[in-house]
Amino acid sequence: MSDTAVRMDQVYKKFRKGEVYNSLRDLIPALTGRMFRQQELSASDKREFWALQDISFEVKRGQAFGIIGPNGAGKSTMLKLLSRIMKPTRGSFNLEGRCSALIELGAGFHPDLTGRENIFLYGAILGMTKREIAARFDDMVDFSGLAEFIDTPVKRYSSGMYTRLGFAVASHVNPDVLLVDEVLSVGDQAFQNQCVARMKEVIRNGATVLFVSHNLKTISEFCTRCLMLERGRAVMTGPANEVISTYLKGPSTAHLAEASSKPVAISKVRVRNQRGECSRFESGETAWIDIELTARERSPKLSVTVYLVDNEGQFIFHSSTQRLGLGTFTLEPGDTFECTFELKLNLVSGLYGVAVTVYRYDIQTAYDRWDPATTIHVSWDEDVRGFANCFPKVIRQEIHKASEASSVAGEGAPPVPQDVKRAG
Amino acid sequence: MKESLNELYKYRELLYTLAQRDIKVRYKQSVMGFLWAILMPVLIVMAGMLVRYAYAIASGKPLDRADIVGVAVKSVPWAFLVSSVRFGCNSLVGNSNLVTKIYFPKEIFPMAAVLASLFDFVVASAALLILLVALRTSWSIYLLWTPALLLNLVFLAAGIGMVVSAASLFFRDVKYIVEVVLTFGIFFTPVFYDVGMLGNKGKWLLLNPVAPILEGLSACIAHQRPPQLVWIAYSLGFATVVFLGGYFFFKHLEPAFAESI
Repeated sequence: MSDTAVRMDQVYKKFRKGEVYNSLRDLIPALTGRMFRQQELSASDKREFWALQDISFEVKRGQAFGIIGPNGAGKSTMLKLLSRIMKPTRGSFNLEGRCSALIELGAGFHPDLTGRENIFLYGAILGMTKREIAARFDDMVDFSGLAEFIDTPVKRYSSGMYTRLGFAVASHVNPDVLLVDEVLSVGDQAFQNQCVARMKEVIRNGATVLFVSHNLKTISEFCTRCLMLERGRAVMTGPANEVISTYLKGPSTAHLAEASSKPVAISKVRVRNQRGECSRFESGETAWIDIELTARERSPKLSVTVYLVDNEGQFIFHSSTQRLGLGTFTLEPGDTFECTFELKLNLVSGLYGVAVTVYRYDIQTAYDRWDPATTIHVSWDEDVRGFANCFPKVIRQEIHKASEASSVAGEGAPPVPQDVKRAG
Repeated sequence: MKESLNELYKYRELLYTLAQRDIKVRYKQSVMGFLWAILMPVLIVMAGMLVRYAYAIASGKPLDRADIVGVAVKSVPWAFLVSSVRFGCNSLVGNSNLVTKIYFPKEIFPMAAVLASLFDFVVASAALLILLVALRTSWSIYLLWTPALLLNLVFLAAGIGMVVSAASLFFRDVKYIVEVVLTFGIFFTPVFYDVGMLGNKGKWLLLNPVAPILEGLSACIAHQRPPQLVWIAYSLGFATVVFLGGYFFFKHLEPAFAESI
């Protein structure tokens, strides 16, 4: 066995778009028509487009590899090629060992069958034998937390329960190569954490994992290397964090090209620390964001807003010059405006986008919006999760043995009631 | 070729599981439960008896017991063929989420449809057996032909199933054509009548590959006669060609399934 688990070598994939004959009723007249008009054949050839072009990459055994890119970049096609549902039009592709995909959880479920029956059905669809499924059955049920509903038909399940059962089965296949779609963002927070823990376990057990996702948090959390696709081409392959930064900065040139036509445009956004321009910060460190605007038309009542965006596009913080008590300002044609925001980055580790907008209050219009203008990495050594870093410390922890004092109610921290988790 | 057969063997449990799913779902949803399996055969057998009764009146020949048994014996396998082709035809399109999402040898779908129909057939055959015993049908050594003839029918059904399932994935109106052929096929197949009734010209009907099987079953169960070997050989040859041809046809088109469905 070589140490390469997946290798794509100059892979191309072509699709036909536009009219496809999917009934004989349409096909037969079209064929007879075509016999008389030869030139139509070449016209139909032009309706093809390349979903993937010249893709080459290698994934080493045991590596976690990410594939990112905007919508329409070819991620789904890539996933279908990797899972062998489609064949490349050109080029060679090699995947060693048993491959399984965490895609469309519960695609194989039948609504009228019970959870138990569906575990066996879905397991078989994913390539497990009955004996393997039976051996892992209890683990799967435990993982899903659906033990009491296991003999209920899945049509009575909520959509959350459905995906939980799907993930439980699919993640217990134990393949050599695992393909993961956007599935880690399903269910409530507790279940997502459970999924993430399970994925880490799978990786620790030596599986090669390929993540195909928009979710940059997942990618940056798991993957060491990453491939970035854009319009079917491989733009960049390299260490995950570098590729992600490039991906996030991607639209900046597009923004500047567009900006020249706007009445007031954001012409520069820069993040720095005390020493100068910088994109990596310790949690709790102070960052200065320099913003520069250029005006083409006279514009009164302006204000600048700065946002911090997490990798799911949520604004986790925003504030503006107006809201911070500076009032609004007016720009004449040709004027430039500069301001600097000072932010204390009390954030948990992760990758954040910095977005900026210019807002004109009297006509209630955003003149320009740059999202994300740049990105910042925040790191902190302790394992804290969520958004805000509250710089926690455990300053007291005691265990009172039941044998010594029978009246004590529990351990150092109050335990989370089990019911709360299940209710979600 | 060898590789795809190996793969099919590897996924054999999926074949059973999918067939099991189809059976379970069919019986779970219906109030009648297992009666569902014999509803269609019972209707066909009754229709056949009515036709034979009318024929007996028209021709002036009395209706004998062997004729009734013959019609019953031919109707049940016909019902099996119809249901496996019908379910097979829909098996890929009806499971499109699996076809486009998860990799496994897709010929399992039409094969599972045949297997599920075979289960119905076994249930119906049990009912038929009771009828045969009630009519005090005698038996002979030629009964040993029955399994071979049925196997021939299963091969034929699986072959047709693979062809029509793949074809209906690419062309959605294939389903309607199949439906029409299945509805009127019974008139071109000696189910309600015997080839002998048409005199000398009757042998042309035996070109229909289902006909020698049904005639053979009727001969060895109802009439205690051996089947006509030449025609059985013809039918077996036909079924083999359809099965292998269907398999290659299916495998040839399989890579395009996900993007065409």
